[in-house]
Amino acid sequence: MSAMYPEDLLYAENHEWIRVENGTGTIGITDYAQDQLGDLVFVELPEEGDEFGQGDPFGVIESVKAVADFYMPVGGEIIEVNEELLDAPEIISEDPYDEGWIIKVKIADDGELDALMNSEDYQATLD
Amino acid sequence: MELDKLKKTPLLECHQKYGGKIVDFGGWALPVQYTGIIDEHRAVRNSAGLFDVSHMGEIRVSGPQALDLVDYLLTNDVTRVSVGQVQYSPMCYPDGGVVDDLITYRVGEDEFLLVVNAANKDKDHEWIVDKADDYDVTVTDESDDTALLAIQGPRAEVILGRVTDADLSGIKFFRFRNGVQVAGCEAMVSRTGYTGEDGFEVYCEPDEAPEIFQALMDAGQDDELVPAGLGARDTLRFEATLPLYGQELGPDINPLEAGLSFFVKLDAGDFIGRDALRSVHEDGPERKLVGFEMVDRGIPRTTYPIFDVEDNEVGHVSSGSFSPTLGKNVGMGFVRTELAEEGTDLQIGVRNRKLDAVVIGAPFYTRKG
Repeated sequence: MSAMYPEDLLYAENHEWIRVENGTGTIGITDYAQDQLGDLVFVELPEEGDEFGQGDPFGVIESVKAVADFYMPVGGEIIEVNEELLDAPEIISEDPYDEGWIIKVKIADDGELDALMNSEDYQATLD
Repeated sequence: MELDKLKKTPLLECHQKYGGKIVDFGGWALPVQYTGIIDEHRAVRNSAGLFDVSHMGEIRVSGPQALDLVDYLLTNDVTRVSVGQVQYSPMCYPDGGVVDDLITYRVGEDEFLLVVNAANKDKDHEWIVDKADDYDVTVTDESDDTALLAIQGPRAEVILGRVTDADLSGIKFFRFRNGVQVAGCEAMVSRTGYTGEDGFEVYCEPDEAPEIFQALMDAGQDDELVPAGLGARDTLRFEATLPLYGQELGPDINPLEAGLSFFVKLDAGDFIGRDALRSVHEDGPERKLVGFEMVDRGIPRTTYPIFDVEDNEVGHVSSGSFSPTLGKNVGMGFVRTELAEEGTDLQIGVRNRKLDAVVIGAPFYTRKG
């Protein structure tokens, strides 16, 4: 199962993951989240330069049947968005941890990372 | 989800075997999807899909005055339905609002089977029993003793043909045969459905439904038959702009504003709601159900508000979705009648933003041939 929840990522309760490198966080949603949503057909993304606090909604994802918000696992400024997803949201289902990344942020406060879970703890929340 | 508390159809184990994702659908444990809504949707458009719709209600009305009662209950003209024929009709309240929409099978001269929406079944039964007081009829709720499978799509006839002795080509659209053999079980087979495709519905004994389901899955293996869930059933009916009770129809919606005037025969015999619907017909409905396509990026969803180009709220979305066949985001909604013309610009309120949309013709999808 660990392949579904890579160990080098941190996880939030709302099923976002974050990969931290040199103060920058790459954020996406977990395999569990995309599976629960079903066929993805639409995403709404923030713009570069937008700033959000930890836990704030920063975008929307829609499947055929469901509408869900994306929440910031940490606060920060958006430095890049994955515009490929606008025309092909299904990339998130096909490759949630790599090609399916959603935004990159400049992390405002490293301390907020302490509130997140490692792979094992996150998987325990799914049982 | 606690499966224990939900009503189950006789096919629950079949759904689980094929990987169905079971959800609480109005109190019923039913599969929303197996592999994915879009895959299943496309399979029905291109080959075939097999649905469990055993949750639907079946109410039998029989007796010397069965025709009189059913014709009085329904807005359509039941007197024109011959034995072996099926007819779609709204069933209305005196004020023209809709109790339910249903299909009527004329099983015999004095015998009708009304197939109603699951969520409305008890209400419908009560309504019919109440109206039956003055008639020499027997009304029976047979829902628990009836299972219902739907095989839908261009390959449906070929696949079903492999497991039945019935001459399917002889069953024309909205006709049925009673007492035919399907996979060795006795069944009633009609050329009906809720997908906008050719296809059949198979009524049978609950304990024989799994055998029929499996026989059809086996018979359809080389024709890309897939089990299909309620998610695809909704997107398929939506593309064909078939109304869904609770969204396009309801106690506060009359069939004329919902675009169902073809099924309201004001000049045939009397029926409940006729006076109210006649005056709606004479004055013209204040609002109409329209189809629209999104111009801006966004998906319209049930209850989202609709605005005119001057930002006045003029209605609401009844159903909306990404259309797998069109590859576009489209919707249906009720708007003031003067805005119902094709080409009219509208705005849809999506999460506090107003997104441009335009009225288009319906249905969004019509099968060829």
